[in-house]
Amino acid sequence: MTTFLRGVRAGIAIGAMVLVAACSAPSSNSSGNSSSSGGGKAAASATSATEVGGLDALIAAAKKEGKLNVIALPPDWANYGALIDGFKAKYGITVDSANPNGSSQDEVNAVKQQKGTDRAPDVLDLGMAVALANKDLFAPYKVSTWADIPDSQKESTGLWFQDYGGYMSIGYDSSKVPAITAVADLLKPEYKNKVALNGDPTQANAALNGVMMASLANGGSLGDISKGVDFFKQLKQSGNFVPVQATTATVKNGTTPVVFDWDYLSAAHGKDVPTWKVFVPSNAVLGGYYAQAVNKDAPHPAAARLWEEYLYSNEGQNLWLKGGARPVRMDVMTKSGKIDATAAAALPPVTGTPVFLSPDQATAAKAYLATNWAKAIG
Amino acid sequence: MSDEAVTADAGRPAAGGATGTPGTDTGGRPVRGGRRLSLAWLGSVPFLAYVAVFLLLPTAIVCLQAFTDAHNRPTLANVRALGEDYVIASFTRSILLSATTALTGALLGGLLAYVIATGNPKGMLRRLTTAACGVLAQFGGVTLAFAFIATIGGEGLMTVFLRDAVGINLETGWLFDMPGLILVYTYFQIPLMVLVFLPALDGIRPQWREATSTLGGTTWDYWRHVAVPLLTPPFLGAMLLLFANAFSAYATAAALVSQGSIIVPLQIRTALTSEVVLGQENFGKALALGMIVVVAVVMTLYSWFQRRTARWLR
Amino acid sequence: MTSEPLQRAEPATLTVPGSEGATAGPGRGLHARQRLRLNVFRYLVLAMLGLFFLVPIGALTEFSTRGVGLSAPRTLEYWQQIGTYSDLVSAITASLELAALTVAFGLLLLVPTMVWVRLRLPRLARTVEFLCLLPLTIPAIALVVGLAPIYRWLDGWLAWYSHRYGLPSGLADTPLQLFLVYVVLVLPYTFRAIDTGLAAIDVRTLSEAARSLGAGWPTVMFRVIVPNIGAALLNAALLSVALVLGEYTIASLLNFQTIQVAVVMLGRANAGVSIAVSDAALMFGFVLLVALSFVGRRRRRRPAAPAEEE
Repeated sequence: MTTFLRGVRAGIAIGAMVLVAACSAPSSNSSGNSSSSGGGKAAASATSATEVGGLDALIAAAKKEGKLNVIALPPDWANYGALIDGFKAKYGITVDSANPNGSSQDEVNAVKQQKGTDRAPDVLDLGMAVALANKDLFAPYKVSTWADIPDSQKESTGLWFQDYGGYMSIGYDSSKVPAITAVADLLKPEYKNKVALNGDPTQANAALNGVMMASLANGGSLGDISKGVDFFKQLKQSGNFVPVQATTATVKNGTTPVVFDWDYLSAAHGKDVPTWKVFVPSNAVLGGYYAQAVNKDAPHPAAARLWEEYLYSNEGQNLWLKGGARPVRMDVMTKSGKIDATAAAALPPVTGTPVFLSPDQATAAKAYLATNWAKAIG
Repeated sequence: MSDEAVTADAGRPAAGGATGTPGTDTGGRPVRGGRRLSLAWLGSVPFLAYVAVFLLLPTAIVCLQAFTDAHNRPTLANVRALGEDYVIASFTRSILLSATTALTGALLGGLLAYVIATGNPKGMLRRLTTAACGVLAQFGGVTLAFAFIATIGGEGLMTVFLRDAVGINLETGWLFDMPGLILVYTYFQIPLMVLVFLPALDGIRPQWREATSTLGGTTWDYWRHVAVPLLTPPFLGAMLLLFANAFSAYATAAALVSQGSIIVPLQIRTALTSEVVLGQENFGKALALGMIVVVAVVMTLYSWFQRRTARWLR
Repeated sequence: MTSEPLQRAEPATLTVPGSEGATAGPGRGLHARQRLRLNVFRYLVLAMLGLFFLVPIGALTEFSTRGVGLSAPRTLEYWQQIGTYSDLVSAITASLELAALTVAFGLLLLVPTMVWVRLRLPRLARTVEFLCLLPLTIPAIALVVGLAPIYRWLDGWLAWYSHRYGLPSGLADTPLQLFLVYVVLVLPYTFRAIDTGLAAIDVRTLSEAARSLGAGWPTVMFRVIVPNIGAALLNAALLSVALVLGEYTIASLLNFQTIQVAVVMLGRANAGVSIAVSDAALMFGFVLLVALSFVGRRRRRRPAAPAEEE
């Protein structure tokens, strides 16, 4: 085995040499980015537009950078396609949209793994759990409409701030299944092999909220998700549950005619299935918001901040509304009349008081799911 | 026949003893005998160096992080968690899935390769089938899953056809569990087998067949003494590749079986990218380490088995 | 074993390629009958497996032409929408260049090494085999965790280099740098294909014969051995191209824009487009590989070792 050992030694030696070279590589990642010059540096530490010298100065600095990296923003998610196009058209800045199917954790992984490269994400759109767990990666920034965001929906220094949200709903194809008036309807035989959840609750935020909504509708509470797990267990045993990942294709194809999902995501299916309806149960109005954050080491800091300004402007908020999501400034804009009335009217009707999961309740729910979901559904 | 007389090209020493059996580079000039071995392995340096940087280094990083916790402190907790029941269960399922699809892929793929090899080597059929196999061998993920859903899912073409035209109601739940995974994995295992096994079939010379029959051998004799001993090593090697291929595939499984992580790659995905259960990344890397160990064990079994069959077939 | 040779002489044409019609003389009827039986068997197998492979793809295509609504007519609008996606062309170009680089570099790295191991370092064979199987043992999502620091270093070095020598600053971001990791990803497949090809020829005898006739090692490698493993090399190239065109996870997790990332992005527009564009990518790959097979064939017609019936 001498040759083998020598081969291994050679490999290790070479690897070690490369490692040494790597450690002594020119650490001029910063000089590789043409954006960090003058206005760029100021933008990187700015916590509001005024610190850069006003919105116009921010626009100028962003145009100089010329590019914005976003991640996990598929075009059909809350109308992000129109938002990206609008931003590009308004400011002439290229937008590089990466990893469209990524989860919130994927976004954070990308921030950590691509740190220092020109491809790292500039801005993030995260589920609350991931946002709260990764505050050390964000730069504080307060948009010009900061005061319009309710205090409970933003972090006081501007590390994260909620952007849009919706209510957990049951979307269904009314031509394939009878109308749904209560969550318990789904246990009926007409729904055999038809009910799907958008993802695995131990994996995806949307699915976790789906199970929680079922729990609320079946006598559980925000602190008790067990009723929801039991409901899905019953669903599986009666053969009504389809364990496949629900996508626009499976919805159109008819494999998943009933889907638990956020109402704005469900509304998007209406494009493919004209008979698609969205139902939010009146006894379980579970809301959830996502949050924006700016990457502390963003390769294009001015463009990142300009993107936030754009999202929280009336134009941006109305585009989210067009996608069926409820923008965070909705109350203020409705009062001032700046809201897009037709889009607001098109939102699914919601009766009942909305409730939201607090971080502690979410943690308790996750712990329960981690130990019980696979057993119930498998 | 030695080639000491030939001048050595740069980096390639004119080693002696070329007629020696493999592994016994003895006999030849003792003067250069000592240096012979140490210069010969220089030829493997480019490959080893490249692999060291772009494969071994990332693997080492992943494996090392399996032994640290979320704050970069060394710990054995992640590796110990590999002993939990659900982890062992998913490893068992993964191995079962990979072995089954490797076997069916190898048999059906070998059959298809035979069919192709016995045709015109310059013909259109061969070109088309090898190109199709090339494309389908790497076909996977959401699209492949949906292709099967669209065929034999609840509202699939075949399901609807059988229901309306023939009156048979297909039970479709199995598609979203292990049996479904086996069927769908076979879809890309067969083309892969064809592509890696075809060159072996091409290497069978017609002269050998004629020689066997001239010596009075039957078809059985030909297969038993000529074809099978020659084809077994590439067949086993291809099966090993199929096993590893199925073992690490996860995009298709993720699309078909979205609930629960029934196989190891899905568990790794949950650990690394779940936005619900956070802080499990290093456990995911421990799972990856576990996968490497499993494949190393399978490779050892494979080389042992190859040596045994070579002896039996001789 | 003293049976009549005629009766026992099962025609050699039955189980080997390229020699149909090679036998003549008495017993021609026997050969023809057995050849016919073989052909029936072949086409039966082809038909059944062909159905197995083509029906799901047919289902995909059928779905991509469905209109919206229950009784809507067939439509090609999703296919037409593919053309409107502006970033698709640059993603396709990047992927094609990546495929070419991966094939070239991968074969260049692997073939000489494998020949050398067979000739001089047989004890390294198992190690090389294991190393070439290793990329398949780690799922891509885990591998990216280890690759990311390497690419960070690489990008830093590329940025510094292009800054220093005035090269375009986009060099550090080009998706082409993915070929470095794709070469590793195709190792399992290319290794197995080339190994099968090398096993079928007697590398040792060929190289010794060539060396004794005065050939240097490059000649042995490129003019003696490579032409004899042409089919294996072609299959290895096909597998590599298909892998590069179909690879999504690593490209997307490292934030590069390749063809599959563009396909996924485009697919989020609506259901019809998502299936149409995946279908189109499949057909594109197929046509490309058929074209590639023609390139390979032309090269193999050069006369190589004697008595080589291709």
